[in-house]
Amino acid sequence: MSLIYPLDGLSAYPKHLTPEYKSTVKRSPTKPLILAPHTLSELTGPIYGHDAIQEFDNDLTKQGKSEPLGERIIVHGYVLDEDKRPVPDSLVEIWQANACGRYVHIVDQHPAPLDPNFTGAGRTVTDKNGYYKFITVKPGAYPWGNHHNAWRPNHIHFSVFGHSFLSRLVTQMYFPGDYLFPFDPIFNSVTDERDRARMIASFDLENTVPDWALAFRFDIVLRGRDKTPEDMD
Amino acid sequence: MSELTPSQTVGPFYAYGLTPKGRAKWDPNGHYSWKETVGDNLVTPDVVGDRIRIMGGIYDGDGLPIPDAMLEIWQADGRGRYANDPGSRARPNAAFKGHGRSACDKDGVFLFDTVKPGQVAGPNGTMQAPHILVSIFGRGMLRQVHTRIYFEGEPANATDPILALVPEDRRHTLMAKKDGDVWRWNVHMQGDNETVFFDV
Repeated sequence: MSLIYPLDGLSAYPKHLTPEYKSTVKRSPTKPLILAPHTLSELTGPIYGHDAIQEFDNDLTKQGKSEPLGERIIVHGYVLDEDKRPVPDSLVEIWQANACGRYVHIVDQHPAPLDPNFTGAGRTVTDKNGYYKFITVKPGAYPWGNHHNAWRPNHIHFSVFGHSFLSRLVTQMYFPGDYLFPFDPIFNSVTDERDRARMIASFDLENTVPDWALAFRFDIVLRGRDKTPEDMD
Repeated sequence: MSELTPSQTVGPFYAYGLTPKGRAKWDPNGHYSWKETVGDNLVTPDVVGDRIRIMGGIYDGDGLPIPDAMLEIWQADGRGRYANDPGSRARPNAAFKGHGRSACDKDGVFLFDTVKPGQVAGPNGTMQAPHILVSIFGRGMLRQVHTRIYFEGEPANATDPILALVPEDRRHTLMAKKDGDVWRWNVHMQGDNETVFFDV
């Protein structure tokens, strides 16, 4: 069976069923998944060029009438494939809570204030080196209903495209040293500490801009490699 | 030891970022004009193929709709050509991306306007029946599940190499059924009619 991308790497992903995160119980498959070869369908995928984005799409502090409240930060890094080669022209989309821990989404009823100058959505496309950069504010922690006194660690949601449809990744970027880590079943759904560490950005003093913003570095490693099925035969 | 960045749930609040113009009514006032990058209408003026609408619902283990799921599809055009097939770069249908994204409404209903895909190559010189790849994300889903849409009544289904891997009594979960002007295809995460999900 031609499995062009090794399945071993998926050991870093959470299990579909993670009962500590209660919503997985009724939403995860119960029958065995069917092992299938990687065909041309799996090994191709969409490409979104730079025409998909507009000025300030990657600067979440410039989308309102004035600057949002909160701690201004730079979040940047590289999108890489499993051979650690850069993934150029990769659409990277983010969304996040505001500095008070509130999303603009109508379903979010957490009684923290909305910020009229912050929506929390951004997008960009990686350059030829796989590099991306966002300017935003640090999202706040917020409560959720999973269990008594449940709070999510500060995080930014990421959606990333790679070489193929199988490279597609939706994840969350966390901040170093968060005191909520031990209590969060979503973060801990990744059971190996070394795997969890790859979801945590590192503080980046070198790229911190004096008198302006702290920087955080977050590299993203996707499934897939830059080879066609023909190359792999 | 894996070096991949682990997957995490898309969560309940993705719609204003990922499907701002989609079916999920995340903002009743509509005052936030975030441009849509990936939508549920894949049809472009240049696309080759018969236009179709695919519609369905997604349901959890209690049979309840999943209103905060998100589906993405990936498909070839009507002649079986993928938009970035490495073997055929300069192509006449470059505007057609073959990729779509649909949020779900409060009843768990999603919808795609697209074209019926043609046949594409399978492993070992075989041909695959017309099909669409589907990745499903959602609150309560820590990583996407992978499935496929096939088209009921398509003669090529009988020799499709991927369908052949699926136990016969479960193949119906992958079949969209023609119902007037739309193809209907539902997703059941669990239960007697649990949709076939692939380990790929």
